[in-house]
Amino acid sequence: MKKGIEVSIAASMAAKLARVEVIAAYPITPQTHIVEHLSELVANGELDAAYINVESEHSAMSACCGSSAAGARTFTSTSAQGLELMHEILFIASGMRLPIVMATVNRALSSPLSIWGDHSDVMAARDTGWIMLFCENGQEVVDSIIMAFKIAEDRRVLLPVMVNLDGFSLSHVIEPIEFPSQDEVDRFLPPYSPLYTLHPDKPVTMGAYAMPELYTEAKYAQEMAIVNSRSVVAQAMEEFGKSFGRSYKLVETYNTENADFVFIALGAINENIKTAIDALKEEGKEAGLISLRLFRPFPVEELLTALGNKKRAAVIERVMPGGALNSPLYNEVSSLVHAHNMNLSVQNYILGLGGRDAQPEEFMEIFRTADTKETSKKDMNFTVIGVRA
Amino acid sequence: MAEVTKLIHEYLRHDKKFPHVWCPGCGIGIMLGALIRAIDRTGFSKDEIVMISGIGCTGRLPVYVDFNTLHTTHGRALTFATGVKLAKPSLKVIVIMGDGDAVAIGGNHFIHAARRNIDVTAIILNNSVYGMTGGQFSPTTPYGMKTTTTMYSNVEQAFKISELAITAGAAFVARGTVYHTRGLDSLFERAFMKKGFSVVEVISHCHTQYGRLNRMGTAVEMMEWQRDHAVTVEKAAQMNEEELRDKFKVGVLADRELPVFEDEYGKIRAMSKGTPAK
Repeated sequence: MKKGIEVSIAASMAAKLARVEVIAAYPITPQTHIVEHLSELVANGELDAAYINVESEHSAMSACCGSSAAGARTFTSTSAQGLELMHEILFIASGMRLPIVMATVNRALSSPLSIWGDHSDVMAARDTGWIMLFCENGQEVVDSIIMAFKIAEDRRVLLPVMVNLDGFSLSHVIEPIEFPSQDEVDRFLPPYSPLYTLHPDKPVTMGAYAMPELYTEAKYAQEMAIVNSRSVVAQAMEEFGKSFGRSYKLVETYNTENADFVFIALGAINENIKTAIDALKEEGKEAGLISLRLFRPFPVEELLTALGNKKRAAVIERVMPGGALNSPLYNEVSSLVHAHNMNLSVQNYILGLGGRDAQPEEFMEIFRTADTKETSKKDMNFTVIGVRA
Repeated sequence: MAEVTKLIHEYLRHDKKFPHVWCPGCGIGIMLGALIRAIDRTGFSKDEIVMISGIGCTGRLPVYVDFNTLHTTHGRALTFATGVKLAKPSLKVIVIMGDGDAVAIGGNHFIHAARRNIDVTAIILNNSVYGMTGGQFSPTTPYGMKTTTTMYSNVEQAFKISELAITAGAAFVARGTVYHTRGLDSLFERAFMKKGFSVVEVISHCHTQYGRLNRMGTAVEMMEWQRDHAVTVEKAAQMNEEELRDKFKVGVLADRELPVFEDEYGKIRAMSKGTPAK
């Protein structure tokens, strides 16, 4: 039975269903409701976990590394500046192969100060060695958090997983969400059994100094782990579908079979794109959507399959390139197109920064204009939608 | 009234949308008033003053005032201030923080700014809680009190901000309350005029979060609590430990002459310039 619930609260309920044992967190908008509700669950005795309220996000992620290294199922959540303050420790978590799960409630980075949503936080942390999932709606948030532990703790993976949900436009809305029972989750997600753990009887060293003759090999092994995790993520999604009746794929498509044109995007914005696609259909025009649920590792094969022999694509992103030729997802799609000699014209559109709405009409307009754009003559390929001069 | 109106027109930003973000009854507005009156009395021009803040309810303060202002990240206001002061030592640098900003996420910067004794004034509004994000406990939440993240009771001991500043090496440390408003004016004025790291801890209340959870009543009742629990440094000297048990001292807690960082650093620079190259 579905329950109307705020998505942040639902995210904390999912962490509870996953029987997390340690939560270390620091308040930051718009993430706060998630850890606040977890602290209530712990205080009320509904969740048997240690809740560590630390003095900064840097300490939060450090404490998470400690508890995960000691063998506890560990969860945290943050946003924006909090994620950037964790940045140093994000590499420690992935390098030490600690299966921490974090809900990142995506928010714009300062400055100027903004508490509203976009993807500048996660995109600045995209190459930290974390597996990254993106969610379109509240149900996906709940399901992804449960799956995230399954993926992270798999002995073929042993990497931290970040579940991204858009600040406010997803985190603070109330949606009808179906919660699996505790028994069902327990069957899907057995207790965490670490391969290595800090224990006085069997001491191990984690993160020790690596001389130049070892560092490359250590990082190579880690890279192989994240690259190879793609099939484990797919497997976890398949198994989740069998257990709970809701199936997910690494790359989701919407109306792509009829269209030569596709949008490619991440997160909650995709629901607006789908509305635009439906409206275009009524006008007799066909556009499709390719939604990346998995962003790291990059789902190469799945994206190639989804792209098929499409003619035109618009990559939509909620982040400024910061001096790069284009925004991050575009650059990856573009290198894919180049490597596979695809006959696909790809445009880069930036919108929805710092909480600005991205309405279906804007996507319809992108569809209408993408066709006629000249790209090769421009120094900067990307277009910022709705920017005032 | 005319005097107040003059100060408002002089120091508050005319293009800023009022009312401010603070809850009705909050102490930050009272502190803002005291700040403006003290700055007016010191005679600094508006362009000589740089007001720097981090994040949180208190961090919003510089948004409303017509000085040079920097609105920075959570906990880092003092580090930005250090950069400003060393680049332009002639500026009067005032940092506005809350307890979470100053002694949690920015705690390390706070003790090191004090140890360095840089000529910056740090004003810390201590309301014992993270107000803006929903009432989580902070490093100044007293033992045994309730917050949204200590629903039964806080098991950690609180920092005493002023005592921490004294131990860390600040030249001037004072504590006041928003109840003793006029007292705050003079503490701020003395802090601004002091050469070296000066700290004013302002005891305030968060009736919206902390007060509600701990059944401490309205904003007025919480201010009466400040009145009843504050004792002046002079009076405290005549009281024994038992009498001081649930009280806190207000007034100037430390005022000492210590080497000031930018002066010492200036000497080294002058010396190095005067030394012939090898």
